[in-house]
Amino acid sequence: MLSKVAERLYWTARYLERVENTARLVSVYDSLLFDLPREIDISWYNLVTLNSAEKLYQERYRVQDERNVVKFLLADDTNPSSMLSALWMLRENVRTTRDVLPQDTWELVNELHIFAKDNIQQGINRSGRHRFLDQLIKGCQQINGLLIGTMSRDASWQFLRLGRNLERADMVTRLLDAGTAAQIEGESDTRLQINQVIWGNVLRSSSADMNYRRTMRSAVSATEVAAFLLEDSHFPRSLHFCLSHMLSAVETLPNGRAVGKHLDRILKYRYVLDDHQPLGEEFRDYLNQLQLELNDLHSCFNETWFGQTQKGDA
Amino acid sequence: MSIQWKQYDTGVHFDELIGTKGKPRKPAYNLLEYLHSLDENELETRRQMAEATIQEMGVSFTVYSEEGNIDRAWPFDIVPRTIAASQWQQTAEGLKQRLKALNMFIADLYDKQEIIKDGIIPGHIVLKSKNYRPECVGIKPAHGVWAHICGTDLVRDADGQFYVLEDNLRVPSGVAYMLENRAITKRVLPELFEKGDIKPVDDYPARLFDTLVSLSPRRIKRPEIVVLTPGIFNSAYFEHAFLAQQMGAELVEGSDLVVGKDDCVYMRTIAGLERVDVIYRRIDDLFLDPEVFQKDSVLGVPGLMRAWQAGKVALANAPGAGVADDKVVYAYVPEIIRYYLNEEPLISNVETFLCDDPEQRQYVLDHLDELVVKPANESGGYGMLIGPHSTKKEQAQFAKLIKKNPRNYIAQPTLSLSTAPTLVGKGKLEPRHLDLRPFVLQAKDSYVTTGGLTRVAMKKGSLVVNSSQGGGSKDTWIVNGEGC
Repeated sequence: MLSKVAERLYWTARYLERVENTARLVSVYDSLLFDLPREIDISWYNLVTLNSAEKLYQERYRVQDERNVVKFLLADDTNPSSMLSALWMLRENVRTTRDVLPQDTWELVNELHIFAKDNIQQGINRSGRHRFLDQLIKGCQQINGLLIGTMSRDASWQFLRLGRNLERADMVTRLLDAGTAAQIEGESDTRLQINQVIWGNVLRSSSADMNYRRTMRSAVSATEVAAFLLEDSHFPRSLHFCLSHMLSAVETLPNGRAVGKHLDRILKYRYVLDDHQPLGEEFRDYLNQLQLELNDLHSCFNETWFGQTQKGDA
Repeated sequence: MSIQWKQYDTGVHFDELIGTKGKPRKPAYNLLEYLHSLDENELETRRQMAEATIQEMGVSFTVYSEEGNIDRAWPFDIVPRTIAASQWQQTAEGLKQRLKALNMFIADLYDKQEIIKDGIIPGHIVLKSKNYRPECVGIKPAHGVWAHICGTDLVRDADGQFYVLEDNLRVPSGVAYMLENRAITKRVLPELFEKGDIKPVDDYPARLFDTLVSLSPRRIKRPEIVVLTPGIFNSAYFEHAFLAQQMGAELVEGSDLVVGKDDCVYMRTIAGLERVDVIYRRIDDLFLDPEVFQKDSVLGVPGLMRAWQAGKVALANAPGAGVADDKVVYAYVPEIIRYYLNEEPLISNVETFLCDDPEQRQYVLDHLDELVVKPANESGGYGMLIGPHSTKKEQAQFAKLIKKNPRNYIAQPTLSLSTAPTLVGKGKLEPRHLDLRPFVLQAKDSYVTTGGLTRVAMKKGSLVVNSSQGGGSKDTWIVNGEGC
């Protein structure tokens, strides 16, 4: 398989995941606001921080209000990780890999892009937002379903798996970090209430609330949520699950030894969660380190399979 | 209400479907009878079905515009164009004959140049052509063939005869659309295919694949074949991807390939470098290799010419093949056929005036309002003057251009291009001008597509069929039986 095709498939999966994640994040925030006690002020701007996009945001907008943040996250084409930008990149990657993807993929992606572009105002205005985001998420799930249901489990599939799982792993560390930061920030009289809201929100943002309840059989608490999202071996968006799946993909690919070692190392890099210790700065440092490891992992993919210079090059 | 054929006026042109006194031509008989049975609503439903099918299949082409490159849906007319199999048979023979002679001509030009020594064609005409490549002298490609894939533009004049309008020997495009047109028509007018007298067209990708395999420098069971595309912004990217997919070949861009110290071409894969045997290249000569041609080309592969010259990789079409599709060389093709094959051309050329010749140039300058003037080396219908549709100012402009660079211009009489009924509104058919581009393959054997790509000028009275300039297309049916 051509390196370039492998790289495009990898990004196809990453962007597809990114579109869905962004839509879900905005959607969760949207419904969260209905539930919050008035005295608690959870800012939309947290979503910008979560995406590490503060600098870009500040270049574009002065006011950190709902409208600007939602516009920035969903529609802004100067923001390379906005939903529309990611969807466009998804489309371009699929367009150039049509020969290795199931025939209907292009059509579905194209339709989804047209839908999002034509109805983006629905996403920005509050009244139509839920419906719009819901359709967008379903569109992504439909594409994933098509891929899962019809693709041969050959190298093409393995690169999609790598992309999907790396993007998910990255997202889960960001969500946990945002939760911890919000908790530290809000430590005051209303802490208990806030904790429930914050960590419930983290779970919903990863589509994990139902699974959490069934698996953990306990009320929502910071350490329990962190344990579930980091270490559960069955939930498809937990860090552990994503890393193991990348490892099993790598084992089927040529020249994967260095990448495999790297993954092993991240799998072993764990944080000891203690029910009696609230999550604090130390935990944030750990998450930060994880993100750096994931960045390195991406570079490692690049060097191994996508790189422009390879062994034996003239 | 069904279509009112009585209102269909073919005028002075040859109509592909309707003969004299409004009677259907023989190969079109079944088609017209069937269309007659549809009322205008049904016809409109079929048209919409075609539109939806095109969207669904993602058949598109890219248009360059000021707002960036737009991917447009392929413009398609649902009424097919029919040709009798017996007539096509002869035309196909003529096309093979023509390509065979042209290949002998190219091989001669890069070798002993006997045709020049024998005074058949003046040396300066070919050696000064923009498409003559001195780098190719002395190279001997497999089977002595340089142009493996040729798209020949045919037109039918008022006399009903096919004429060759031009030979495209560089990177002719359109064959994917020929195949897609048939796929669309099968969905839209399935009833007509039941009788089985419409000849299938879909063996082209397999024949192309066989042609390419036969060029492989390595005699191995599964040579590595790739399609080299300039990338997604090229107007024919859809076709490049389509052909690669149909042949099971890799679709590559220049940056996917690398030439090793051993002069072999390799592609970059996830398992390392893999050797490539045959490149069906869809980028122009001048962008192929920045070491030899355009230095700043990012589309090409440094060292590719070296690899080809060393015989380590086959290129289809070979670099330098374009020297024979120069429009000035075109005028000499009948002589070229006689010279190399000792045969009379089976298909005629359109009468052509060479501005390079003082006498003919004067004639052209005196008749600019009647003639079509074409630059020798442009494609896509750009840079032309269509005399009868031009203003005095445009004519004066062309007179200046011709005097400045006579070698670069030819002129031809304005042909009365044939027409075919084309859907122009709900239930409304009017004649529109069209041409035909069959594709000819040559390696060890030769092959001609069954029919080809019919391109239609969708605007009333227009003669411009290029999709980049508002042309559309139709399915082309070679129908069993005699007559025309």
